Amino acid sequence: MAMTQTTLRNTSPKLDKERIPRMFWGKLFVWGLFTALMLLLGIKLYQTTLGPVSRGTAPDFTLTTFGGDSYTLSDHKGQLIVINFWASWCGPCELEADALEQAWRQYRNHGVMFLGINYVDTENEALAYLKKWGVTYPNGPDIRTSISQDYRIKGVPETYIIAQDGTIAGTVIGPIEYNNLTSALDLLLNQ
Amino acid sequence: MFRLLASTGITSLLIFYCFGEVSAQDAQPSDDEVNTIAKQLYCPVCENVPLDVCGTKACAQWRDDISDKLADGWNEEQIKQYFSDRYGIRVLAHPPTQGFNMLFWLLPPVSIIIAWFLVLRTNHNIFRKKHMYKQPITKQVRAEEYIGQLENDLEQWR
Repeated sequence: MAMTQTTLRNTSPKLDKERIPRMFWGKLFVWGLFTALMLLLGIKLYQTTLGPVSRGTAPDFTLTTFGGDSYTLSDHKGQLIVINFWASWCGPCELEADALEQAWRQYRNHGVMFLGINYVDTENEALAYLKKWGVTYPNGPDIRTSISQDYRIKGVPETYIIAQDGTIAGTVIGPIEYNNLTSALDLLLNQ
Repeated sequence: MFRLLASTGITSLLIFYCFGEVSAQDAQPSDDEVNTIAKQLYCPVCENVPLDVCGTKACAQWRDDISDKLADGWNEEQIKQYFSDRYGIRVLAHPPTQGFNMLFWLLPPVSIIIAWFLVLRTNHNIFRKKHMYKQPITKQVRAEEYIGQLENDLEQWR
């Protein structure tokens, strides 16, 4: 019995004075790291579950076209803007190419701006696609896919209609039809 | 004279044919050369599939782009830099170890080290607890048994 008490008496003060504070900071560090990691993963997972941007102010961007011209979205506030994400390797994009070009030719004199954003594409094929479909509105590559990431696109084609106040007025996932596009533009122009 | 002309003509044709072959090979890089670079890239359209085995049209265009750049005399690093600049660092199989990307390189080994540290520490604590409480009690029980045995022996001896 005496031996047991001696053993406990010898180890308990060391446990209390030295080990407990060290254990506390160690545990705090590990749990802090774990919480930060989980938080980061949670945020990323949450972002992936969000669909494309469909309301609120449209994310700003600057597009440098294949011809070298530069367009910044915020510089065109007060103007109706149609943003179209496309790629030359995308079959469904071909279904809407002519409709977009026709709409552009019809509305360009009404102060409507069309911007084509070329997603994950090679320049030669992109230029060949524009030539094939006779596209004349400004088009440029999405450098580092930053614009598509800001708009959280899920694929191509996707079209966003930005109202005059800079907010997103409409989002179309998949090929847009000429009648739907012109109806939406007429509605917004007459507001 | 005829023999001389014929042999000169044949030799010229052979030389032309050989040089023609060599220059054609130089102009067009082999699939292996293209795939050496392609396997280090990932197209954002087909996530988790390396470019060299990706079957989509987008990937085929990228491989053609690599082939064209190799034919133009670009080296591997220049091509990877071009793709990284144009499509973002997420297309690289091995993103550069700098800035925020460092986290992705450091996190796995650091997690393993912390996990091992925790396992060793837990084992150590379990061992200490056993050593602190169980061993003295065992000794105490043995001592009591020994004292009991001794007293019995003394009783018998008396």
